Amino acid sequence: MAYQPDRSQYPQKKADGSLDIDLSSGKYLKLWQGPQHPGITGNMSVELTVCGDEVVEGITHVGYLHRGFEKLMERRTFIQCFPIVCRICVPEPDFNEYCYAAAVEELAGIEAPEYANWIRALILEMGRINSYLMYCGGQAGAFGMGVISQWTTYVRDLMLDRFEELTGARIYHMFILPGGVRDRLPEGFAQRMEETLGEIESTMSDVYDTMYCNAVFKKRTVGVGVIDVDLMDSYGVTGPNARAGGVAKDVRIDQPYLVYPELDFEPILGQDSDIYTRADVRRKDLLQSVDLVRQILAKMPKQGSLMAKVPNVMHWKIPRGETYIRGECSRGEYGYYLVTDGSGYPRRVNVRGPSYTHAMALLERMIVNLNIADVAGLMVSLHTYPPEIER
Amino acid sequence: MSIQPKKSIRDLLSPFSAWKHVLRNPVTIPDPLNERPGSARYRGFHKNDNEKCIGCGTCETICQNGAIDMLPVEDVATKDGDSGLRPRIDYGRCCWCALCVDVCMTGSLTMSNEYKWVESDPDAFRFTPGVDKKFWDDAELGYNRPEEHRLVAQERIEMQEMDVDSRIDSFAEIVNGYSIEEAKLEADRCVACGLCIATCPIHMSIPDYINAVREGDYEKGLKLLYETNPFSNVCGRVCTRKCESACASRHEGAPIAIRWLKRHIIDQVPQEKYREIIGDPKPSTGKRIAIIGAGPAGLTAAFDLVRMGHEVIVYESRAKAGGMTRYGIPEYRLPYDALDRDIDTIVSMGVEIIYNTRIGADISMQQLTQNFDAVLLAIGLQEGRQTRIPNSDHEKVYRAVDLLDKITAGEEFDLPHCAVIIGGGNVAMDIARSIARLQKQQYGLVDVVLTAMEEQQHFMADLDEIKEALEEGIIIRDQCGPQGCEIDQSGKLVALKTWKVLSIFDSEKRFAPVYNPDDETIHACDTVIEAIGQLSDTSLLGNELTEKLEWNRGRIQIDTEGRTSVSWLWSAGDCVNGPDVVHAVADGHRVADSIHSYLADA
Repeated sequence: MAYQPDRSQYPQKKADGSLDIDLSSGKYLKLWQGPQHPGITGNMSVELTVCGDEVVEGITHVGYLHRGFEKLMERRTFIQCFPIVCRICVPEPDFNEYCYAAAVEELAGIEAPEYANWIRALILEMGRINSYLMYCGGQAGAFGMGVISQWTTYVRDLMLDRFEELTGARIYHMFILPGGVRDRLPEGFAQRMEETLGEIESTMSDVYDTMYCNAVFKKRTVGVGVIDVDLMDSYGVTGPNARAGGVAKDVRIDQPYLVYPELDFEPILGQDSDIYTRADVRRKDLLQSVDLVRQILAKMPKQGSLMAKVPNVMHWKIPRGETYIRGECSRGEYGYYLVTDGSGYPRRVNVRGPSYTHAMALLERMIVNLNIADVAGLMVSLHTYPPEIER
Repeated sequence: MSIQPKKSIRDLLSPFSAWKHVLRNPVTIPDPLNERPGSARYRGFHKNDNEKCIGCGTCETICQNGAIDMLPVEDVATKDGDSGLRPRIDYGRCCWCALCVDVCMTGSLTMSNEYKWVESDPDAFRFTPGVDKKFWDDAELGYNRPEEHRLVAQERIEMQEMDVDSRIDSFAEIVNGYSIEEAKLEADRCVACGLCIATCPIHMSIPDYINAVREGDYEKGLKLLYETNPFSNVCGRVCTRKCESACASRHEGAPIAIRWLKRHIIDQVPQEKYREIIGDPKPSTGKRIAIIGAGPAGLTAAFDLVRMGHEVIVYESRAKAGGMTRYGIPEYRLPYDALDRDIDTIVSMGVEIIYNTRIGADISMQQLTQNFDAVLLAIGLQEGRQTRIPNSDHEKVYRAVDLLDKITAGEEFDLPHCAVIIGGGNVAMDIARSIARLQKQQYGLVDVVLTAMEEQQHFMADLDEIKEALEEGIIIRDQCGPQGCEIDQSGKLVALKTWKVLSIFDSEKRFAPVYNPDDETIHACDTVIEAIGQLSDTSLLGNELTEKLEWNRGRIQIDTEGRTSVSWLWSAGDCVNGPDVVHAVADGHRVADSIHSYLADA
């Protein structure tokens, strides 16, 4: 069944932007995908208007996961914010820790020690690998290939073991805090990490054979869900979603932070900007992160200071100021905008999760004209994590 | 235009490679049937070393989940430096971020690597680690704060002092005081646990005034000081600082320099502003109170009573006020102008001090009772105790307090060329260091030997005093029990004889020294100075009153409010409790409250 780009008998829109349709006519149907649906990533939902099995309109609904972190932080001291930020993005929590810590450090005039920065970069790359492994399973699952997620979940679990021995926790690591990191690498960590990376590479090779070199997967994904390159900037598309369209956006290279200038890597680019290309860019990105972890472990100093000298955290006050700290997470640009007013509490924290633009605005635009069965695949292909939409 | 994937035979066959996984071993871990221990750093269930924990509550303050409550527990008593409370953790709230472990001031709170706990009673998950016994209490692994990971500074900001060479022949104040930057850094270390407040005899709002230093709001700081302590100049310099021995920071570093921060506030506010910051006294009540003795206890009571609206007249036998703080403490520790600032402030509140007037000689107690509604006896401890060893009645055997008095008053006395001091307390250090300074000034060299019965690490004197005395060239010989003064044929004092002390107290902690007579030391000297404690001279009371009063081992018997057995007479300070300044101030407050309520009822 070839993909037909113009199958829809498209309804007109009313002056207020809503569709000029008569639901009682039986021609159109409202269909809710989510918030509890295996094809939705996390707790959000898409209100689909369908004609037959074609989507003529999709409205994204969020709010199912709103925990008010940004507001909670305004009532917590600077150190007390550190344990809660990781919850803003569950599968890849470390960017929250890093961006928050870096923002606090900048406004407080503190510089984290070099050794701590190497460990931070290591953790961020480990997190990126895990995030992509989770994505691969999800992307395959959205097209009915359940086994892939079983394999990637296993190797992700091995990486969680590495996280556990390094940070003391598997999911919410709470390891990167304002001033530095909590601890050094455990004895023999590099060797165990190498074993884990080997397992990941082997699994990714299997995933490549079964998912990427798969006529069915290609049939469902090639040419589907194309993000027009012209939309990239107006919709704030970043990360692999942009790079798959040939737009070389990578914060690690464009505005280097931590120790990235000392690492050897190039942005991974694609051309076609469709679901398959995005999946392929992510696969290569994952393997690049595997290489980056190796580079970091080889290049990082063996000794160094863990923490910069911070004021007594029990009553740490930070002078008036504002800053925006960004980092390249697996989904694109992650950012923390922090405003301080001289008190012991943040005046305002705003978290820029890339899913905010990708899942809320971009998805609404791209979902139109799609087959119902492809909605889940499209959404996963944008790699969205609703927790970071609702901070 | 639709994009079509390229047709490829590989894409058709390759997915079947998934079948090779059929031959692989399953990777599923049958949890929880199999034990899978958490990693060595795992942030699992909490452990608390009850012996180490001081109940400072820093964990409770830092917990952003409100998961920790400080609660009293059985078998843990409140004592100095230990609130007696222990953290109870609610696992319905805890997020295992371990900030509580990171800020724990003693390192008592840690985490095990245990993470599985099944219980049918939901209340069980609210527990007090270390008190409620748990199966992970002995777990060896788990999160412990790494040595380098400190969120609260441990090192004290060093106080700048005069070096030995410039101070040894001078009575100028040794301690320079903190600069504003230094004070802020030192104040920043405080975690405001409040253990100091509980320990301070006058319960000063220490964390609050330390906060005022951090904020740079010195006027607020001064107001806080004067709420509890009219002798802040004095206490900012010579307080025995019980607070610092209770400070939570002392466990893994140095205690906060509370005394120096108090002094810093005092140094920052000009004297002219004190009166305005303290505020006006209440309207007059028409009641009159006489206070005998213008030392810290008497003047504190006077300060309080005047602010309550009473008329207070203080009778002082000496030419200046301050009592032992003036005539006992050397100038290099407490400059007279600092003491004068405290006294001037008290006088500015409306306290009248009548100097050079000795009760019993110039005015009788009888007259006081007739002219006043209440009388407070705050006469201190002016007489030095004597060792009563053989030949200690020699004219060259002095009492430390007498000599310190002479030095303050500027009276002439025979400065010893070679002095031996008996005693290991602060007064012994004061006289040793004062004599050393005078010797340096007049003879150019220091020859002072200090002997004491205790081992040096158990001296009553402050560690700083001992350290500085040694720096100044004073020789300390510990474990020396005085046995007699040696006199030559011409009647000249030539030495002090001591025996080695084997033990000082008996099994019931009574004073019963045991010596080794074979281990004898002869300390050659021309003067012996006894600094083994002081007595009170109560002869001013007169026979009639002395008989009427109840006594307790040589001291006037008082109740918890400072009342004697005579309805109109109170007593406070060193003569009943002591000796130290801050206890005298505490006493002053206590009797002032008692007198006030007595007068209100009268």
